[in-house]
Amino acid sequence: MRCDDLSGRLGDVASGSLVLDDADRLHVDQCLRCQAELVQYRRLLRTLRALRTEVFDPAPGVLADVLAGIEELGERRAVRSLLSGRRAAYVGGIAAAAATAAAGGAIVIASRSRRRFPLAG
Amino acid sequence: MTRNLSAVQGSKTVMPDAMGELVVAAKAGDRSAFDELVRLTYADTYTLAFRLTADPEDACDVVQESYLRAYRGLKRFRGDAQFSTWLYRITSNCASTQLGRRARHRHDELDDDVALDELRPDANPEASLDSAVLRSSLQAALLSLPPRLRAVVVLRDVYDLPHESIASELGISVSAAKVRLHRARRRLREQLYPMPGEPLPIHLSAPAVTGRFDDLVDEGDARAV
Repeated sequence: MRCDDLSGRLGDVASGSLVLDDADRLHVDQCLRCQAELVQYRRLLRTLRALRTEVFDPAPGVLADVLAGIEELGERRAVRSLLSGRRAAYVGGIAAAAATAAAGGAIVIASRSRRRFPLAG
Repeated sequence: MTRNLSAVQGSKTVMPDAMGELVVAAKAGDRSAFDELVRLTYADTYTLAFRLTADPEDACDVVQESYLRAYRGLKRFRGDAQFSTWLYRITSNCASTQLGRRARHRHDELDDDVALDELRPDANPEASLDSAVLRSSLQAALLSLPPRLRAVVVLRDVYDLPHESIASELGISVSAAKVRLHRARRRLREQLYPMPGEPLPIHLSAPAVTGRFDDLVDEGDARAV
């Protein structure tokens, strides 16, 4: 029966996401049941859309909990970035000190080896 | 069923530009700007969370988790959609996770259809229901839908999210999202506008059995069917 075939699609027609072909449209034009269903879908969708403007009041304390959660997360993040910054500074300092020591050592070794093997003549 | 909630008309009206400025500041690390975004949107976010979970406590958990995720992921928000739309997607994802957790722990999903008989209005609702009553009946009918159907119809028909976003946030295919949307709309229509002389739909009289069957057909799991 065409009504049953159409029934599943009338919601899409009402929402504008589907356009019926000529034969189906002709059927709807002549069928009170399908017309009624289409009107009901339209009304349903209109009412659903109207719900968008309604807001439920959350329980008191929800906002405070959310803000506290974000603050905690923000603090954790700040501590982590502080630690990683310090870690980078430590690593950089150690690397610089090691490089300086290595350079100093190389100079000392070079100067000693020059003294041990004086140039001939 | 009484709910300890009051519905108020309209949320705080915020100009998109003002919201955009706050988002830019928050992305640059201004915590107070993010706090302000929370203040402006939390009631709206809670409303969506409640519509999806049908439970005030779950909705509060979803709100909390949604903002934490939003805060963590704010740098990834490119601004090609509105901040509120981005937040809806996060909220629906969190709600989906929460509902999955709840279903695993409480197995209460099959009870969702039980109270539908109470919602059936008069034979001729057009004559007897004004729009406010219709809205309130619709709220109740929405809450009585199984969560997987409710999520899709709320996100599509109330919050106007595209099918692709809905599918992605709920972890289902686009075609499954469309099937669920059809089914949800049909159930709502049948509850709000029963055809004269129409017998009570089968799924209202035997929710446990047909709910399971619907699940299987919905997911196209032919082997399970």
